[in-house]
Amino acid sequence: MDNARIDKIIEKHHGEASSLIQVLLDIQSEHHWLPKAALKRVSEKLRVPLTQIQHIATFYKAFSLVPKGRHEVHVCVGTACHVRGASRILDTLQELTGIKPGETDLELKFSLETVNCLGCCALGPVLEIDGKTHGKMTTAETADVLKNYQ
Amino acid sequence: MSEIIFEIDGKEVKAKAGMTILEAARSVGIKIPTLCHHEALEPFGSCRLCTVEVDVRSWTSLVASCVYPVAQNIVVRTRSAKVDRIRKMILELYLAHAPDSFELQDMAQEYGADKNRFEKEASFCIHCGLCVRYCNEVKQKNAVGFVDRGSRKEICFIPEIAAQECWDCKECFPLCPTEALQAAFVLSQALYTPQK
Ligand code: SF4
Ligand code: FES
Repeated sequence: MDNARIDKIIEKHHGEASSLIQVLLDIQSEHHWLPKAALKRVSEKLRVPLTQIQHIATFYKAFSLVPKGRHEVHVCVGTACHVRGASRILDTLQELTGIKPGETDLELKFSLETVNCLGCCALGPVLEIDGKTHGKMTTAETADVLKNYQ
Repeated sequence: MSEIIFEIDGKEVKAKAGMTILEAARSVGIKIPTLCHHEALEPFGSCRLCTVEVDVRSWTSLVASCVYPVAQNIVVRTRSAKVDRIRKMILELYLAHAPDSFELQDMAQEYGADKNRFEKEASFCIHCGLCVRYCNEVKQKNAVGFVDRGSRKEICFIPEIAAQECWDCKECFPLCPTEALQAAFVLSQALYTPQK
């Protein structure tokens, strides 16, 4: 991510230090992770010490300091989804992508993450890819859905 | 100038509005143990060793004296069975993280804390924040900060800043009650070779 783009995002938030989290969220959603150079730029521009930015970036799970895949796969393993077979879905995903929850594959295609409730238990087992919800999943459907992401 | 009159350990104490119980107590020579408090820094209230009992209109509560402002007619007890028990517990928990800290051991003796009560989990840092706040508030270099949260929280140097600032400063070293800070510094130093 280049500095010009980061500066744009900062401008959008009027360069206010109080918008730090919003700025970081914007960078995260565009770039999928927060490179150190980006944090440094934000630190200089908003005049917030890097130590504080580092604290916030490591505090919230929404931020990642390591590269993430182009597609973020969230599998719900909450109670309702668990009962409806979330572990089978998770197994299928692990097999197809070759990664475990919390990991990213070498081609930076997928990042896999488990979550504890996506708020739509009636659709369980639920899978979310790049913010799009896929409900009532079966192992076969999971494989089909994954094929749509490059 | 509003003067506030209240009681600490049965003694009448006069203080200025805005002072904390800890400041008022120290001004009349009453000792309250502290770990995270430092005169030059903003109160932080993280260690809870300065916990005291306060009666406000005959309602008793436990408060951290380093952040609790004095008020008219309150009654403060700096030692009581309950306060001592709390301090003992806090010390025992800290000692599980930093069993060899002299500062903790001295206090443990006073409160009868057993350093072997809890299983050791030697992370050394007890999150008092003295190093982080000193670097931020006094030196304004921000070379060291906290990362992560909960049980995984720890201090972390920013290597680029530390490489420039820390060599000639190191003023935070003696502040650390557990020497975790020095260990972290030496580790960062070992991991980081400045780019030429
Ligand atoms: S390293 Fe030492 S001074 Fe810094 S927060 Fe931990 S215990 Fe406190
Ligand atoms: S001295 Fe009051 S909480 Fe640490």
